[in-house]
Amino acid sequence: MAVSNNGTADGTQPKVSVRGLWKIFGSGVPTELTDEVQQSSKAELREDSGWVIGLRDVNFDVQPGETFVVMGLSGSGKSTLVRTLLRLIEPTYGSIEVDGEDILQYSEEELIEYRRTKTAMVFQHFGLLPHRTVEENAAWGLEIRGIDRGERMERAHEVLDLVGLTGWERYRPNTLSGGMQQRVGLARALAADPDVMLMDEPFSGLDPLIRRDMQNELLRLQQQMHKTIIFITHDLSEALKLGDHIVIMRDGAVIQMGTGEEILAHPADDYVSEFVRDVRKSSVVTLRTLLEPVQVKLRMDMSPKEAMEALGEMGEVAGFVANGRETYAGAVSFASLAEANQTGCTDCSGALLDDVAPLSEDMSVSAALPLVRHMSGAQPVIDADGRLAGQVSPRSVIEMMEQESLAEAEEPSTLSVGADAN
Amino acid sequence: MALASPPIGNGMGRGVRDWFAGLSDRYIYGGGAIIFLMLAWIGASLWGSNLEFPERFTFGKALAVRVDDLIFWITVNLAFILDPISDGILRFLVELEDFFQWVPWPVTIIAATAIAFKVAGRRMGIFALVSLLLLGGFGLWESAMETMALIAVAVLISIGLALPIGILAARSDLVDALIRPILDAMQTMPAFVYLVPAIMFLGIGNPAAVLATVIYAVPPAIRLTNLGIRQVSPGTVEAARAFGTTSRQLLVKVQIPMAIPTIMAGINQTTMMALAMVVIASLVGAGGLGDDVNRALSQFQPGNALNGGIGIVILAIIIDRVTQAAAKERQEALMGSRN
Repeated sequence: MAVSNNGTADGTQPKVSVRGLWKIFGSGVPTELTDEVQQSSKAELREDSGWVIGLRDVNFDVQPGETFVVMGLSGSGKSTLVRTLLRLIEPTYGSIEVDGEDILQYSEEELIEYRRTKTAMVFQHFGLLPHRTVEENAAWGLEIRGIDRGERMERAHEVLDLVGLTGWERYRPNTLSGGMQQRVGLARALAADPDVMLMDEPFSGLDPLIRRDMQNELLRLQQQMHKTIIFITHDLSEALKLGDHIVIMRDGAVIQMGTGEEILAHPADDYVSEFVRDVRKSSVVTLRTLLEPVQVKLRMDMSPKEAMEALGEMGEVAGFVANGRETYAGAVSFASLAEANQTGCTDCSGALLDDVAPLSEDMSVSAALPLVRHMSGAQPVIDADGRLAGQVSPRSVIEMMEQESLAEAEEPSTLSVGADAN
Repeated sequence: MALASPPIGNGMGRGVRDWFAGLSDRYIYGGGAIIFLMLAWIGASLWGSNLEFPERFTFGKALAVRVDDLIFWITVNLAFILDPISDGILRFLVELEDFFQWVPWPVTIIAATAIAFKVAGRRMGIFALVSLLLLGGFGLWESAMETMALIAVAVLISIGLALPIGILAARSDLVDALIRPILDAMQTMPAFVYLVPAIMFLGIGNPAAVLATVIYAVPPAIRLTNLGIRQVSPGTVEAARAFGTTSRQLLVKVQIPMAIPTIMAGINQTTMMALAMVVIASLVGAGGLGDDVNRALSQFQPGNALNGGIGIVILAIIIDRVTQAAAKERQEALMGSRN
C-alpha cells in the first residue's frame, strides 16, 4: 500500500497528516500497540477479547486546498475516521497532525479552540438545532466563540446568501426540505471560516437530483474558497466527481489511495474492482490516458518549406506547431504550408489552420467525444500551461466509448454504487 | 420445544448441561414450582407450620429506636438550620397568600380565564370562567386561594430542587443510579411516615405541609428533567460539540432548551401530585381546601367534604390543561413552524 505523499516532495507541509491511526472499541485495550493486536484479524480480535477494530493503521496526508475523499461502505470505518479528526471519537493509537501540531496531545481547552477555529463539520443528518432559526444555526460556530450578535448575524447572512438561502433566515430548520437543511449545515460550517472542512456523507440522505445540485454547489464554492475538504462518502461516483485524492477503506483499513483516475485504471484488489465496475469510466478518465506522442512537432520559426520537408520525412499530411517554450501555437497541413510558401511567408504563422482547436488533457474522454468524432486525423492536446502535451486520435476516443457501451449492454445495472443508498 | 435426546459422550457434566439447555423454560419453571412445594411440605412437617422468624435475629425495633434518636438529635441540634428554613417557607407562603387574597376575585377570574383562553383555547377559557365562578358559588374562594399559595410555593421549591438534581443526574450515570432508588422510595413511601418528622423539624403548620408536599411531588420533575436532557438527539449534541462548545454551553444552549417540553411535563405532574397532597397536608396544619375536606370528614359532613373535593378537582383540571397546553406549544415551537 503506497502512501501518496504528493506535495511533500516539493517541501509544502500537508494540512492534515495521519500516521498509524488505530481505533479499537472495547474495554481493557492495551495502551501500547502490541504485535499480537497488530497481527490479529478483525474476527480473531472480536472472538478472543471482544474488541472491535474501528480503524487499523490508517496513514494519509491531505494537502492544503484539496478535496480529499474517504470512501467505503458502512462499517468500513470512514465515519469513525472523520470523528477522530475532531476527537469526537478518541483514537487508540497513532498521531493526527494538523498544520504540524499533534491534536491528540491537545488539552481540553486547546481542543475546543481547535474545533472552533481550525475545523468545521457537516453531518449526514444535518445536526441542526431545532429550537434555533436558520440564521441562528448558521451563526452557531460564531456564537459559541463569543462573537457579538450583530457581527455574527452579518456573517451568517453572507454565507446563507452564498448557499442560496436568502429569505429563509428566520425559519426553523424543520420547516425546510432536506436539501435546504443541508445548505444550512454547509452555511454553518462556512460561517466558522475553517481551514479544514470535514463532511460526513453530507449528501447521502438527499434525493439523487438534489444530491447532484449540492455536489455542483460544493464544486462551485470550492473554486472560490480553496478550503481543505475531507469528504466522506459511500458513493464512488461522488468520490470521483469531487475528490482530488481518494482513499478507499474496508474493515477499518485503507486498501487503496490515489487519484480517481489511478483507482479506476488500477484497482488494488477485487473489492475495489467491484466498485469500479459500475462506474462510467469515460466521464472520469481524461485524455491524458489516451495521449500519444506528437508525430510531427514543428517550430514557429521554421519556414514553410522546412516544415513541409519535416512532414514529408514522417509521411504525414498535417502537424502541430509550437512556440519557443513548447507552447502550442496551432496546426498546419501540407496544403496550408504550400499555400503560405507561394504567398512568400518566411515562417509558419501564415499557414496555421483556424479550424483546429486544441483539447485540454484534463478533459474527460466522454466530453471529448463530440469534439473529435467527425475528425479524421490526430488532435492536439495541451496541458494546463498551454504546452503541447501530445495528440489523441479520434479512433481511440471512440473505441473507449464503444467498449463502455458494450459492457453496459451486457451488464444492465448501470446504477452507480451509491445510487441505491437511502 | 421438544425434549432434547440425551447427549452422547463428551463427559457427564457437559451432558447434563446440554440436557437442561434442551428443556424449554416452561418445564424448568414448572419443575421448580413442584420442587418448592415439596420442600415447603418437608419443612412444615419438620419445624411445624406458622414458623416464626427467631427473635434474636430481628433488628427492626432497635433500628427504629436509633432512627427516633437521630430525628430528635436533628431537631434539637440542627434547629439553627431548620428554623430559618421554616421561617423562610412561612414568609414566602404568607406573602403569596396575602397577594392572592388581596387581588379582587373578579380580577383573578378574568386573568385566569384570559390565560386559559390564550394558552389552551376557547373551550378551556370557557371552562375556567364557569368553574371558577362555581368555586366562588360553593363559598370556597378563600380556601382555594390559600391552597393555590401552598401549591405554588411547593411547586416552586420542587422546581428549584429538581432542575439542578435532574441536570446532575443527566450528566452523571453515577448520580442517576444513586438517586433512582431514592426517588422510587419518595414516591411509594406512605406520606404519613414522613409527616411526623416534618412536624418535628419544622413545627406544626404550613412549612411542614410544604415539606411533605415537596417530598411527595418532586420526583417526576427530577426524573423528567433527567430524561429530557438525556433524550436530546446524540446527533445534535455531536454537531454542537464539533463546533467547539464547552460542556456548559452545550447544557445551556442545546440540552436544556431542547429538554424544556419534557421538563414542563415533569412540572405538570409535580403540580398534580402536589394538589393530591393537600388533604394529607392539612393533617399537619395546612389550611385551604384540604382543611375544608378534613374538617368536614371529622364532623361527619360528607356534603361539605364533596364541595371541597370538587374545588380541588376544578383547580387540578385548570392547572393541568393550561400547563399541558403550554408544554405542547413549546414542543411545537421546537419541531417547526415559522418563528
